[in-house]
Amino acid sequence: MRVEVDTDTCQGHNRCFTIAPELFDVDDFGTAVVIGDGSVPAELEDKARLAEANCPEFAIKIIE
Amino acid sequence: MTDIDDTHTDLYGPVTDWANDFDHAVPEYNERAHEIWAEFQATECPMARSERYSGLWAPFSHEFVHEIAYDTDHFTSQGVVVNTGRPMIEAPAVGPAPPITSDPPFHNIARRLLLPPFAPKVIAEWEPEVRRLCNDLLDRMGDITDGESIVDGATQYAQSIPVNVIARMLGFPTEDEELFRGFVHDVLERINEPVEERMQFMGLLDAYLDEQITDHRNNPRDDLTTYLMNVEIDGNKLSHEHVRGSIVLLLIAGIDTTWSAIGSSLWHLGTHPDDLSRLATDPEVMTFALEEFLRAYAPVTMARLVKEDHDFHGCPMKANDWVLLPFPAANRDPAQFERATEFVIDRQVNRHGAFGLGIHRCLGSNLARLELKVAIEEFVARFPSFTVDGDVTWSVGQIRGPRRLPLRVLATS
Repeated sequence: MRVEVDTDTCQGHNRCFTIAPELFDVDDFGTAVVIGDGSVPAELEDKARLAEANCPEFAIKIIE
Repeated sequence: MTDIDDTHTDLYGPVTDWANDFDHAVPEYNERAHEIWAEFQATECPMARSERYSGLWAPFSHEFVHEIAYDTDHFTSQGVVVNTGRPMIEAPAVGPAPPITSDPPFHNIARRLLLPPFAPKVIAEWEPEVRRLCNDLLDRMGDITDGESIVDGATQYAQSIPVNVIARMLGFPTEDEELFRGFVHDVLERINEPVEERMQFMGLLDAYLDEQITDHRNNPRDDLTTYLMNVEIDGNKLSHEHVRGSIVLLLIAGIDTTWSAIGSSLWHLGTHPDDLSRLATDPEVMTFALEEFLRAYAPVTMARLVKEDHDFHGCPMKANDWVLLPFPAANRDPAQFERATEFVIDRQVNRHGAFGLGIHRCLGSNLARLELKVAIEEFVARFPSFTVDGDVTWSVGQIRGPRRLPLRVLATS
């Protein structure tokens, strides 16, 4: 599993960084970025799904 | 402490036909908001209209609110607080309180200046200060006798938290707390007063800010005001109007809103003992509870102005009509949320729009979230059991929250 953030759609609600700081970081403007290449270790798959399901702007994509 | 005068001129009178003579600034609206939204959401066209304020529309479905929030081609942010007037026709690109009143493309430039001081990691550093402030307020409530003492969760607690934090961030005297609350009340609640009256109290706010800016010019210090005075766009410092307008935004948007969210959350806990007990015994649930407070009791309804005549799903909107963006109603739309009208303290999937949707996402959302979380944590840690006991007064206008919230303390930690 991989996660992707559409940085044009992201408005900096900061939900993904709160839910899964292992997978997402935020830059100086509060925009979300994926950590590394966005690969999700098996034990973090639930958190990745939760982050996707809580993004108010639908800016996170999960690729399985 | 003197109380803010809660009375307001009822220019248009009470509402009997919510669909065709809508008015969000009559006291009944915020008192019965959940009921009114549910009634609209059960109809085929969840849109209210009104000739009040020279033309006003109010959509109540998540779909409509989402669509308008994203549509900067047909709707302008030059006016975001519905009132009896209209912004100047030839308003400067920044609008009176940038970036909330700015449209693309200037909006992004103005917004990027303010994002870094409100970024999550910068705001996180304020946590100890907010916690200390909350505990000071709880201490100041004096001796509490379980079962007997009544404290006001709004006036003795919620309303003092954001005002103190934003005054410290801006480098303004915290003794002026009462004055700031007065300004906020004038701008956000006295909306159905004649334009001349509004011009007069906006003038007082501008004069106060001019004084603070001069003081910062003479004595620069490490705060947001000095930051705004020094920050540059393409090598140019901001105009005085831009600096002052941004401070107006921070002051107005940062106070009433968070205070309302804290107050509504305390109201919920004071009327839902099971949720209070869960939070008191299982503090970890706060991660989810925080977002559920924000969803179920989002305090902020924004507004837009229609740019040119526009047919919106069959609604004939006219240029210069106001359009409300009731994010709190969108957050309770059964078409978007399961068990939408229920408060589910550990709701896992919660794609709420309490901080708005699209390019105007609340700049201070990280600060608001921190204040709400810490305020509720500290209150519940001090008073693990309390109940609403007495008359609750709700605000009027676009920001919804309790202004009087008598809570009987049943247990002290």
